[in-house]
Amino acid sequence: MANWNMLTLVGEDRPGIVARVTRAIYAAGASLGEASMIRLGGNFTIMMMVLVEGPTAELEQAVSPVASELRLRFHIDPMTGGLHRHMVPNVQVRVTGADRAGIVADVTGILADAGFNILELESDVAGGEDRPVYIMNIQGYSDRAVESLQASVQRLTRDGIRVDISSVETLIG
Amino acid sequence: MAVLDILTLPDERLRQVSEPVGVFDSELQAFIEGLEETRRAGPAAVGIAAPQVGRFQRILILDVSGKINTPNHGHLILLNPEITHWEGFEIGREGCLSVPDYTGNVIRATRVRIVARDRDGEPLELEMEGFEARALQHELDHLDGVLFVDRVVSRRTDLFRRKVYS
Repeated sequence: MANWNMLTLVGEDRPGIVARVTRAIYAAGASLGEASMIRLGGNFTIMMMVLVEGPTAELEQAVSPVASELRLRFHIDPMTGGLHRHMVPNVQVRVTGADRAGIVADVTGILADAGFNILELESDVAGGEDRPVYIMNIQGYSDRAVESLQASVQRLTRDGIRVDISSVETLIG
Repeated sequence: MAVLDILTLPDERLRQVSEPVGVFDSELQAFIEGLEETRRAGPAAVGIAAPQVGRFQRILILDVSGKINTPNHGHLILLNPEITHWEGFEIGREGCLSVPDYTGNVIRATRVRIVARDRDGEPLELEMEGFEARALQHELDHLDGVLFVDRVVSRRTDLFRRKVYS
């Protein structure tokens, strides 16, 4: 019986990581599902759904040699769920502000209280060492109107954080 | 006319470039009715293009009038549409009847001016903006064998995009 696993890999970035890791998985007879891979702070990070026919230990044996060669740390978790369970975001939140501790907690805390479900979040620090600027982009799902969410985050603007909330209209054509 | 079958990825026929319409006869009118019926049968599509049902002619239907606060021209049947002018760009999320269970972010022009023919072959000139302009560009791409998945960009593109002031 085939089972989905979540494979996480992290290590210093270099060319060829994706090719080598996915080749090893393919050679082991496993297949890939949804994945998110991105370079963060000079590291390369992978989170990937892997469908394994046999025992999970076989996936571990397949990944282990290439991971140690590329000096990647990895982790495998059996998971419930599977493909074709997408939620389409209907709200987008853009945040910019002078970098300070707690921005993410403040913004997402307010959104969570409003029942907002984060589907995707990307953030970065721009602006250089002397004047860092925090930028965050969230896409998610909410039953509440955009105006009501906007009102909830209004108090953060006093702290010099700009939060822009707008609706995402997905075009089907 | 019955609801037509929708071609879906990876059907190579979706990559075909469609031919202009030259004859505006009753057969064409009947096809347009079928195309409209097919658009309405699916999941809330604001547009459809003839090649999506395997007819490789430059025909598309648009109707974004169901969206709140969206400037629009109502229900449009456009034949041989061409964009003559565009300005601005915006990221927006798109999906497609021909690409089930996937949505992605695509950059499109904010405003377009187009020339086209109506269903009787009479010339039309329209200016569109926002969601309607996006829908037009999405459907027009089908006529050239292009799918929105060919244009999907990362959220990061948006993150680092520089605003262009005209």
